[in-house]
Amino acid sequence: MSADAAEIPILKITGLVKSFGPIRALRGVDFELRRGEIHALAGENGAGKSTLMNVIDGILQPDSGEIALDGQRVTIKSPAMAQKLGIGFVHQEIALCPDVTVAENIFMAATNSSRALLMNYAAQRARAAEILKRLGNINPAAMVRSLSISQQQLVEIAKALTLDCRVLILDEPTAALTEREAKVLFEIMHKLAAQGLSIIYITHRMAEIFDNCDRVTVFRDGQYITTMAVAETTPGAVVSAMVGRVIDDLYPPKQRQEDRSDEIILEVRGLTEARRFRDISLALRKGEILGLAGLIGAGRSEIVKGICRLEGEVSGEVRLMGQALALNHYGDSIAAGLVYLSEDRKGDGLFLDMSIASNVSALSLRQVASAAGIIDEGREAAQAQRLGARLNLKYGDIGQPASSLSGGNQQKVAIAKMLSVNPKVIFLDEPTRGVDVGAKAEIHRILRDLANRAVGVVVISSELPELIGVCDRVLVVREGRIVGEVTENDMTEDRIIYLASVGNDQQVA
Amino acid sequence: MTKRSLAAAELPPQTQGGAANGLLSTAGRALRMRETGLVLIILALFIAMSFASPYFLTWTNMRAMAMAFAVEGIVVVGMTILLISGGIDLSVGSVTALAMVIAGLLFLNGVDPWIASGIAIAACTAIGATMGFFVTRVGLHHFIVSLAIMVIARGLCLLGTGGRPLGLYELPNSFKFIGQGAIGVVPVVLIIFVVVVVAFDFMLRRTTMFRKVFYTGSNPKAAAYSGIQTKQVVFLTTTLCSALCGIAGIIYMARFGSAQPTFGIGMELNVIAAAVIGGASLSGGTGTVFGAILGTILLSVVSSSLALLDVSVYWQDIIRGSILLGAVTIDHYLNKRRG
Repeated sequence: MSADAAEIPILKITGLVKSFGPIRALRGVDFELRRGEIHALAGENGAGKSTLMNVIDGILQPDSGEIALDGQRVTIKSPAMAQKLGIGFVHQEIALCPDVTVAENIFMAATNSSRALLMNYAAQRARAAEILKRLGNINPAAMVRSLSISQQQLVEIAKALTLDCRVLILDEPTAALTEREAKVLFEIMHKLAAQGLSIIYITHRMAEIFDNCDRVTVFRDGQYITTMAVAETTPGAVVSAMVGRVIDDLYPPKQRQEDRSDEIILEVRGLTEARRFRDISLALRKGEILGLAGLIGAGRSEIVKGICRLEGEVSGEVRLMGQALALNHYGDSIAAGLVYLSEDRKGDGLFLDMSIASNVSALSLRQVASAAGIIDEGREAAQAQRLGARLNLKYGDIGQPASSLSGGNQQKVAIAKMLSVNPKVIFLDEPTRGVDVGAKAEIHRILRDLANRAVGVVVISSELPELIGVCDRVLVVREGRIVGEVTENDMTEDRIIYLASVGNDQQVA
Repeated sequence: MTKRSLAAAELPPQTQGGAANGLLSTAGRALRMRETGLVLIILALFIAMSFASPYFLTWTNMRAMAMAFAVEGIVVVGMTILLISGGIDLSVGSVTALAMVIAGLLFLNGVDPWIASGIAIAACTAIGATMGFFVTRVGLHHFIVSLAIMVIARGLCLLGTGGRPLGLYELPNSFKFIGQGAIGVVPVVLIIFVVVVVAFDFMLRRTTMFRKVFYTGSNPKAAAYSGIQTKQVVFLTTTLCSALCGIAGIIYMARFGSAQPTFGIGMELNVIAAAVIGGASLSGGTGTVFGAILGTILLSVVSSSLALLDVSVYWQDIIRGSILLGAVTIDHYLNKRRG
């Protein structure tokens, strides 16, 4: 990209303003994308990244400001028009039709604008196969439902590529991918960029920016802050630009050697579920944060859900502080003090249209009700306020619906819900997915604080830096079995990826 | 970074306001707004109609209107709770008729009317439990299950009576009292209605049992992940709705002094419309008994007004349908703006 750097940028945005009522989402931002570069756009939730992308994609109309594509001033009135101009947008949430084939999904837009009366499936499949060849091994005749999330993401990219796009926008594409899948995606991204495609890459993750992007632009509070060449900056500088203050430590301090305890809070022996995992044994010690690593589909969530009796026919023993538990369904687990924070906050974690207070009390209605089962709304609100204060939850009013909060604050509500029952062990599945840097650090601090208070903490995460940064010990899961344990110096991304993907069958008791 | 989260970011970090106050605001405010709106519309209709027709504000007309919505209102309560849990019941009309027919037939065969009524209500409850079984255990959709039960229950009504109304001239006055009597000037039907409404409104807002109904309807998976046995909740709301139909059927029987196998055809539409106008959502999770009753009253005032204004019966359905469409459209846009 160096030789062309002086040329007219493929996309240039100047002084863009967009308000929603009294809220100014974009306050005159600038942005410049060069031909063939991978340009990261970073910023916390609410910084204006998505708003800008929605303007570029024609979903939103700016109040003022200019967009120039290849030196030509354009007004993008709709996503269809953005497509015609050569702008492809892969949204964070996958929007494919699950019950039709990959090929039909890829050519959905083409079918829509086609004049032909009949579908030519054979031709469509052949063309789809050609595009998919660039991206990896996906069968164009497969039903989208049968694909993994990462494959679906690639189909989304294929869809954008069929439109001969010049600018490809990827909005947090790795949020649902494992490290390995993400790696494949990055390789594809580099290949496409080498072919001259210009890519805008939206992300929170520093590692991704520094491993894969050429330049990075930072937004904060709807304002353009800076653009830096990745080679000439540091993750610390980018994070500081994002949050507007210096963040000293991304992760809270770990458990000190001398604080190690041999006291076991939770012990699992021979936990087996016919189809998804077998013979899982683990011990969680007092004061430690235990991580579970593994590829998507390896069975990490299933194991934890099995321990809590959330799903599946599970056999095996679960002991809490030495006492064997008789668990039949999740209600029993909650009563015993084992709680599970779901990985899909919006899908199955929160009641979005209900108030913060009602969300927090969902596990613990009995605590805020009289013996006769009458809810005391005052107590319910007070409980939510107390836990909200402890987690530094930002809200206007405890009665406002959960949907009105930012991702990080929604996650805090979900955590508050878990804490309301004073759990003995808390299992968190992807606790910081889709959460911005500031809130992420806060959630990590909350977890450490819980561990210090002798609550057992088990974290599942697909983000290896997070596991390594937060956990005192990490168990690696592959194909429904625990295949390794890493601690201290052993705890490296390479080691974990190796165990998760190849494994050396060192069994852990 | 959507509009929503920005709005949240702009909000003051914490309010020190009273706890209970906090709960009632925002979430409650939207519903409260709707309820206030409905009351205003009903009042406006009252004022307009009192000028348009001299009979409207008469005691007879008021009483007739109250009788009309009171019994159906009991069914509306059941439907609203079922809608909140994420279900729907198309069989309410025929189950109500079936309660009448069962009680009527038993009475004609010499069973004491009170015992006959108890058996009829139990039978309706069993029908609801059957639907609940098919929905929660077999895994079918409410819509289809209740459609089938709607047809089956109607068939049973016709089978039991040969399609003719059963005249129950021998019903004792003490029994007819629940449908026709009055305490002072207040019809007993209205008293029963008010008791049912107040009781369920309170329970729905304040008891843990019914709070679970909201959780289940708002997000069944999140409810399950909160340890709530969602199937049990849906089973109970389905059963409750049919049980309330049974009670309504018995009151109708006492009021008419007969059992009518063809009674209640199309009732499900009226009942669902009332609940939805009052704020219940077909996708579950929202609704109030009070709002649903205002919806019932509104539809009933409109019907009565149209009759008094000599508008053809055929027009009435068109107008009722249009009100429903208008109400949900306004609602849709209000929701969009809010969220």
